[in-house]
Amino acid sequence: MSHQDAGPEGNEPTTLTEPEDSAENPPDATKQVAAGAGHPKGAETALQLLNAVLEGSSAVVTFLAIVLAIVIGGLLIAFTSPTVLHAWSHLFSAPGAAFSRAWDVASSAYSAMFEGAIVNPHTVSAAFHGGSIAAIFNPLSETAVNATPLILAGLAVALAFRAGMFNIGATGQFIGGAMIAGWIGFAVHLPMIIHVVVAVIGGFVGGSIVGGFVGTLKARTGAHEVIVTIMTNYVMEYLILFLLGLAVFRAPGLPNPVSPPVANNAMLPHLAGATLRINAGFLVALAAAAGVSWFLNRTTVGFELRTVGANASAARSAGMSPERTWIIVMVICGGLAGLAGASVILGTDFALTPQIYGTYGIDAITVALLGRGTPFGVVLAALLYGTLDAGSVTMQAQTQIPVDIATVIQALIVLFVASPPFVREVFHLRRRRRVEEGAQVLAKGWSA
Amino acid sequence: MSGREVALQLELRGITKRFGGLVANDNIDLTVEPGEIHALLGENGAGKSTLMNVLYGLLQPDAGQILLDGKAVRFHNPGEALAAGIGMVHQHFMLVPVFTVAENVMLGVEPTTFLGLLDRRRARKDVLELSSRYGLAIDPDALVEDLPVGIQQRVEIVKALHREASMVILDEPTAVLTPGETNELFEIMRGLQASGKSIIFISHKLKEVQEIADRITVLRRGKVVGSPPPSASDEELASLMVGRAVELTVHKDPARPGDVVLKLDGLSVKNAAGRAVVNGVSFEVRSGEIVGVAGVQGNGQTELCKTIMGLLPVEAGSIRVHDHDLTGTSTRAVLESGVSYIPEDRQEDGIVEAFSLADNLVLDDYNRAPYASGLALHLDEIRKSASKLTDEYDIRATSIDMTAGTLSGGNQQKVIVARELGRDVSLLVANQPTRGLDVGSIEFVHNRIVAARDHGAAVLICSTELDEIYALADRIIVMYEGRIAGERPPTVSIEELGLLMAGAGTPDSVAEAQPA
Repeated sequence: MSHQDAGPEGNEPTTLTEPEDSAENPPDATKQVAAGAGHPKGAETALQLLNAVLEGSSAVVTFLAIVLAIVIGGLLIAFTSPTVLHAWSHLFSAPGAAFSRAWDVASSAYSAMFEGAIVNPHTVSAAFHGGSIAAIFNPLSETAVNATPLILAGLAVALAFRAGMFNIGATGQFIGGAMIAGWIGFAVHLPMIIHVVVAVIGGFVGGSIVGGFVGTLKARTGAHEVIVTIMTNYVMEYLILFLLGLAVFRAPGLPNPVSPPVANNAMLPHLAGATLRINAGFLVALAAAAGVSWFLNRTTVGFELRTVGANASAARSAGMSPERTWIIVMVICGGLAGLAGASVILGTDFALTPQIYGTYGIDAITVALLGRGTPFGVVLAALLYGTLDAGSVTMQAQTQIPVDIATVIQALIVLFVASPPFVREVFHLRRRRRVEEGAQVLAKGWSA
Repeated sequence: MSGREVALQLELRGITKRFGGLVANDNIDLTVEPGEIHALLGENGAGKSTLMNVLYGLLQPDAGQILLDGKAVRFHNPGEALAAGIGMVHQHFMLVPVFTVAENVMLGVEPTTFLGLLDRRRARKDVLELSSRYGLAIDPDALVEDLPVGIQQRVEIVKALHREASMVILDEPTAVLTPGETNELFEIMRGLQASGKSIIFISHKLKEVQEIADRITVLRRGKVVGSPPPSASDEELASLMVGRAVELTVHKDPARPGDVVLKLDGLSVKNAAGRAVVNGVSFEVRSGEIVGVAGVQGNGQTELCKTIMGLLPVEAGSIRVHDHDLTGTSTRAVLESGVSYIPEDRQEDGIVEAFSLADNLVLDDYNRAPYASGLALHLDEIRKSASKLTDEYDIRATSIDMTAGTLSGGNQQKVIVARELGRDVSLLVANQPTRGLDVGSIEFVHNRIVAARDHGAAVLICSTELDEIYALADRIIVMYEGRIAGERPPTVSIEELGLLMAGAGTPDSVAEAQPA
């Protein structure tokens, strides 16, 4: 311990800021502590950062869970490939080949994924020789397109989390939004810009109606939102199937239950030329995330929402109405999931189908969990999912490895994020020994 | 049950326990002789519970030794402590609410028949035997959730005895008890003592410690600061505990009652089962006076306060504040008419433990100026007011961003008091405002309440602590079974008050309640 660094105040009991194992700390961190005598804030942050890395706080665990999932995904890719298995059957005669083949298969799969989701070097060199510049950005555009509905639906789940509710109903709310946005898109004729704006708003309204129904049932009758949202998912899944059988929704002359395509005016405008699929929906999603963040932290209703989520009884004593909050939250959450539906129908799919909802509603739950319930976290998690989704398509095209491996990796990430002790064990992180935790033990353990 | 009639001598030597940089127990020496009631006295956060958790094997000491009958032992978990004859009754009971008393007692040491089936009959018999031996009246077939807290505590004690404990640690056992239940507990403790068990009694209530303890050890900031005899005066004990001289009596000038602020007229409230828990209550509280509602817990005081705050529906009658009819309005409307509220259960109703100090300090006026305009919160105003209130109300926290859950009970209560009294108050409704607080915090809260009165606020205080009623009230109202049993000046004798609290004041009805 470097007591001489602490200066004249070194005689004070400095145990509070001094980590017990400062021998392990890099030298500059010790300097930070010493400098902290004058700037306690700076030292605190530095120490917090250090502790976070050394002790595996949740943010670190999340990152390591992703790393671990990718490593295991790589092993899966390698050991489901026939060439690798063949090489391993000759492990003893040619051990080098066994390992190098496994490495080759996994790395080529991941590099294909990278090329499909981030950037493909070939398109860059092609651009110098007269190729399309837009092609360079195609992978990023695909990632953004895949992430858009996940951000919106993920926000719908995350916001409900913060109010202490478990919104399993993003699927139903998504359908509600897609239905109304789609109908406005193909059945109504409006001028440019106005049409798409009205259709997007219609998507929000469609989702809010479904979400608001759930919130109202909970507030008025005490019905549990998990049961109600699961059931409304079924209702909505069959409702869209039913509507696509009616003349109002069904495109004439087609054998399948599909709606007519939305009008050009109602399509979300492309952001970077017609060849790239990235559209204004991505901006809507980012704006929604910023809006939710502002709503949660900077508004009175957001304050009520967080209070009700953290302690409904205290909220009541403070004059808030949890019932009113539940309805408001579910209207907004439904609207966000409805926007996800609108972003799909107006941005990429353009026609309603019975399977329009895909797995967005379920993926939204994992995105919200991975994003730890914060709007910024949801955006990051959705971008990660979008990357895996976009990359897996290219991976299948280039290496014949099925796209499902992306789903497996996504599932593994959530699995590991949900089991921090396992991740800490794998990476030999020390058990969390955070000051706040200790303080909590103190506050609770010392006779209250 | 044979029981272990061998008494244990316990010695703690130099116990030290740190949490991060905080030293919770600093080189503590403590000896408990067989068959003695040893009180551990200290403020919240003095390290009493930590020390007992170390003894009970829930925490491992960083230094020091535990000796039982002169032999060094080490407990890695409560199971080992139990096996050595040490039982603990926690402040928060460890019972399964939907199980019967007998089932709870046998939990973990279930007796079985020779077929390996649960032997419920023997569990019942054990409970009956223990309860008759130690005078703990208890029904082995009652569901724990149906029992009052006092009886639940007995179940915990029986549980410890069933595991043949020679020494029982009682962690703040009276914090949840009414005065009557406390007396019953003391009887039980004396019975246990008579049969050779030793008891470690953790408390911060001076009177109780003086009454029951054979020896006292006072802890302050993790250190033993003294072992005064039980004959020591209140002032001596309090100043040892707090580390400075403490005013035990609240200094207040005579009340100067002004206009009527709160007027209740024939107020009745029913509970979920349809029973009238508040029954035709009428009284007034004027500005500049403190009306204390005394009564044994569960006689309608909690419901009375909640109903005034708009948290329970009014069955009949009316509530008027400043001549505005607030009957059946929302809690928000009540708060906005200038009423402040200190709820009974601070962690459940008073604060949000996951929120920062700053957020907790605006929990019920976040939507008013200057903290908000329209939909937008003004975070800078919220933080400014939080810093001010934290200083003014001496809330001990490292920053206003600290989560309220990490504060001690006394500081949490200060947060609530700061929030409720930090704005203009025309009526304060306070239910058990100092429950579970240490001497220093009680002094603080009482002084603030008197200060609010002197500023012209009308104050309604419900308390089951007669000391508190006497210290604060300018008029005393006694509630019994939802009705007002009488109104007395603060000069009333404790005997008369006790009779009113026991119902109608007729000795017959008290005698009637005794047998059964």
